[in-house]
Amino acid sequence: MSTTDGPTLIPDDSSAQEIADREAKMRRRKGWFPGLSDKWNALPRQTQWLFLIIVVVIAYLLPILNPPLITTEPGNNWQIALAQMSVYALIAVGLNVVVGYAGLLDLGYVAFFALGSYTAAMFTSPDSPYVHIPYLWTLPLAMAVAMFFGVVLGVPTLRLRGDYLAIVTLGFGEIVRILATIIPAMKGQVGFQNVGHPPGTDSAGQTIFQNSNGTPWYWLTLTIIIVVLLAAGNLERSRVGRAWIAIREDEDAAEIMGVPTFKYKVWAFAIGASVGGLSGALFAGQVGFVNNQKFDIATSILFVAAVVMGGTGNKVGAILGGALVAYIPLRFTAIAEFKYLIFGAALVIIMIFRPGGLLPARQSLLAYGRLAYNKLRGTNGDIPASGKVVLQSGKGADK
Amino acid sequence: MSEAIEPDIDVDALKEQGVDLEVAEKVAPERDIVTKVGEALVQVQDLTVKFGGLTALDNVSFDINRGEILGLIGPNGAGKTTCFNAMTGVYKPTSGKVMLEGQLLNGLPQHRITRRGLARTFQNIRLFGEMTALENVVVGLDARHRTSVGGALLRLPTHVREEKTAIERGMALLEFVGIADHAHFLSRHLPYGYQRRLEIARALATDPKVLCLDEPAAGFNPAEKEELMALIRTIRDDGYTVLLIEHDMKLVMGVTDRIVVLEFGKKIADAVPKIIRDDPKVISAYLGEPEDDLA
Amino acid sequence: MISEVIPTLLHSVPVDDTWITFDVNSFTQNFWSSTFDGLTFGAIYALVALGYTLVYGVLNLINFAHSEVFITGCYGVFFTLSALNFGPSAPRLAFWAIVGNLVLALIVAIIASALMAVIVERVAYKPLRQRKAPRLAFLITAIGVSFAIQYTIYWWRGPSPEAALTMFRPLPIFDVFGTIIDSQQVVIVVAAIILMIATDQFIRRSKTGRGIRAVAQDPDTATLMGVNKERIIVTTFIIGGILAGAAALFYVMKIPSGVQYNGGFILGVKAFAAAVLGGIGNVRGALLGGLLIGLIGNYGQVLLGSSQWTDVVAFVVLVLVLIVRPEGVLGSSLGKSKA
Ligand SMILES: Nc1ncnc2c1ncn2[C@@H]1O[C@H](COP(=O)(O)OP(=O)(O)O)[C@@H](O)[C@H]1O
Ligand SMILES: [Mg+2]
Repeated sequence: MSTTDGPTLIPDDSSAQEIADREAKMRRRKGWFPGLSDKWNALPRQTQWLFLIIVVVIAYLLPILNPPLITTEPGNNWQIALAQMSVYALIAVGLNVVVGYAGLLDLGYVAFFALGSYTAAMFTSPDSPYVHIPYLWTLPLAMAVAMFFGVVLGVPTLRLRGDYLAIVTLGFGEIVRILATIIPAMKGQVGFQNVGHPPGTDSAGQTIFQNSNGTPWYWLTLTIIIVVLLAAGNLERSRVGRAWIAIREDEDAAEIMGVPTFKYKVWAFAIGASVGGLSGALFAGQVGFVNNQKFDIATSILFVAAVVMGGTGNKVGAILGGALVAYIPLRFTAIAEFKYLIFGAALVIIMIFRPGGLLPARQSLLAYGRLAYNKLRGTNGDIPASGKVVLQSGKGADK
Repeated sequence: MSEAIEPDIDVDALKEQGVDLEVAEKVAPERDIVTKVGEALVQVQDLTVKFGGLTALDNVSFDINRGEILGLIGPNGAGKTTCFNAMTGVYKPTSGKVMLEGQLLNGLPQHRITRRGLARTFQNIRLFGEMTALENVVVGLDARHRTSVGGALLRLPTHVREEKTAIERGMALLEFVGIADHAHFLSRHLPYGYQRRLEIARALATDPKVLCLDEPAAGFNPAEKEELMALIRTIRDDGYTVLLIEHDMKLVMGVTDRIVVLEFGKKIADAVPKIIRDDPKVISAYLGEPEDDLA
Repeated sequence: MISEVIPTLLHSVPVDDTWITFDVNSFTQNFWSSTFDGLTFGAIYALVALGYTLVYGVLNLINFAHSEVFITGCYGVFFTLSALNFGPSAPRLAFWAIVGNLVLALIVAIIASALMAVIVERVAYKPLRQRKAPRLAFLITAIGVSFAIQYTIYWWRGPSPEAALTMFRPLPIFDVFGTIIDSQQVVIVVAAIILMIATDQFIRRSKTGRGIRAVAQDPDTATLMGVNKERIIVTTFIIGGILAGAAALFYVMKIPSGVQYNGGFILGVKAFAAAVLGGIGNVRGALLGGLLIGLIGNYGQVLLGSSQWTDVVAFVVLVLVLIVRPEGVLGSSLGKSKA
């Protein structure tokens, strides 16, 4: 906690280099691959884009490549494994907004996931007596439903201390599962079969989005992840992201600096919830069957583990963490049974020894900060005496 | 609220003419203060704060006039910080009023009070440690920004403009307090003195009508204190009104226009420094606390 | 088109009895028995709630692993009873033999829970405290430890509950409005209240209790005044553990089939709700909150028809309390309670 540490008492005339060294050292202590994000940030924008494009292309090719050693076969179908990993990755990206950015511990994220799944199921499955709509419509609907419940839950609790949110979400996560069991309309363990899927048939007249074929689902989820990432990036490098991080660092100070903290906490919670709902709907579509068995609190803790493992606050890390949490039990089936034990212990170990996780986060919170920082770091060769930066509109501003 | 300033002011040309206007302009572009210079900008009326049985602030009243540096002094535990906290909405006063330009501040959420124009720093530094110096300042600037989630998601033009001006104003503010070349470091890695200055820059960023500084020179050596007082004078000369809590009598005497003295939560004096210096009540209050008087 | 959609939409509005049903008849019939049962459960919740309240008072953190501290005690009871050859039906023993067995089980449970509480503090809290980690980190390690414990038990004992062991056959004692109050209910409620009073007095009067209150009020000043903060923190965890151990005995008495790897979890949420309802950090509040949650939960259960509604009702109460009166019914905190 920055505020209770008190100031670092080092001499006032310590050179910029000394501080830079300290920063590097701190980051090394925090995570496993601390150098990565430094190196990444030092790269020119074009190189970054090139890298990203290559990574994205490889990601899209994964189901076809089916790389040996990495693949989950023969234990589990690789394409379906990928589809599940991508859903977990999306969940982690959403939960990262709540836990990583705003520092709010949501222990019942599975509830929003469940709400999304049930929304998709109850509006598309033939087992449901209610009105039916095309599957793709349920994606925004699931987001809206989850968001609504997020706000309903968030408004009373977010005014209070952070811990209350943790316990209330924990309770909520369990309650949704219980309600799914005891409310007849939600069909308990019987559940809903034949949940809908996106339209379309291939040249042979076969449905594209089959439950047994993970590839199209994986591609769909991956595309959604990319969109969500871009949106999260936009939010991060804006007033919203700054408000979240400020709240995480020191909520009282943030409020006094003019940040409407309550409003932005509710936003974080609602945005996180809606992404949870979205991933739930995708999950329901891919599996094709929804009942009360998949939504226990233990799963919720896996989600938190995904975020923490990836590096709290780092959206790319969250993707990795989410994918890993899904991947490890599928790949190493021998230990699948102990996944809750493993990830529960991992949470503790990471928080104690490597709180930065795999990719320690260092959010860039300014949309146009790169130029200013690069000048200061002397990346462009000229260290300004005054540090004055003037952005010409359109020119020199990085996007 | 006035429009944000245009990003491409020709600052270099101005500077060549020897004008230091540009920093001042960027630091404080908004000057929609109704109160005239010399009139009461903030009125504190019968402010009382009780913690259980302890009365930390007892019926304290004073005005802060526009354009002055008002010192708020008193021995440790006299209630100075409590007074700040009650004014800025951190504590709910047991009774009494705080008014800014004639408008009641009591009961407003803290962030609204800040946006009304009352900004502050903290006695124990409270920066956002995992943010860079520049980002810290931009959080303050955000208090005047209008776009929120929608604008940021869609990168609407207002948002883009706000982001760009924010960096320029942020850098200008950092330059103003003298730490622009450290803008890219995490604030928790900054040297102590720089952190204090960064707090001032962040508070200034909210574009306050009154800037409240809570012992900004705590832990400084005499030379640093001098520098800081010079900065505070500049801030006032730029058109801000300053409320300064300071422990060191000598410093306060040098920089303030008027001084309010608290002891055990009560106001015991309110006068210009010259008179305060010879006030027997003030002297005895401070004599009761040896460490300070001897310093 | 619209004329078709609207009726279907209306039909889809969840108001029919496939969503929720109220059984008022059952409620009026079972009112007194569910009241007494609710109070019994409430006493157990209250004991667990005290553990949350004490740790919250001192550290200002929710100890998510407290439910596992409790379930460890339950296993302590279970193994003691198995070793004493208890079975599904209550053995025919002399009164003093029963008391002796119960005391033995109680001691084992208390030791097990207190030990687990110390382990939790050492693993999840101390390292982070030394590093001055952010609050979020504490909550995450606590929940991590909680799950690691749960699934270690799972790994060891499997997913199903342990065999039910009955300690004694409850004897009817009073008859109130035609409903029998049995010896078990009386033992649990009376013992729980005695323990709560003892805790309350300990915190008010003993030197350690003063230390706890001092740390709760202002850790830094307390340290300056010579209070050993680290020792106080461990002691607080131990007291919470002792009370959880006692709660464990009563819980196994009441629900012999409740010893299960995740058995502590839901009870934990209800106990926490009780702590908040009474006023977190407030020792007497924990008792009041526990009894209220026990009653409300039980009434909800008979009114709505399934035992799982207890949890839902308790949760809704928690959220309502947070909306209406977040400081709880009795409000004040540990630090402020008078000596
Ligand atoms: N939150 C609080 N709770 C209880 N007492 C407080 C609180 N804040 C301040 N006090 C008490 O109020 C008095 C005034 O404190 P403060 O305003 O910090 O003094 P100063 O800033 O003048 O040194 C002190 O006795 C202090 O202990
Ligand atoms: Mg002070």
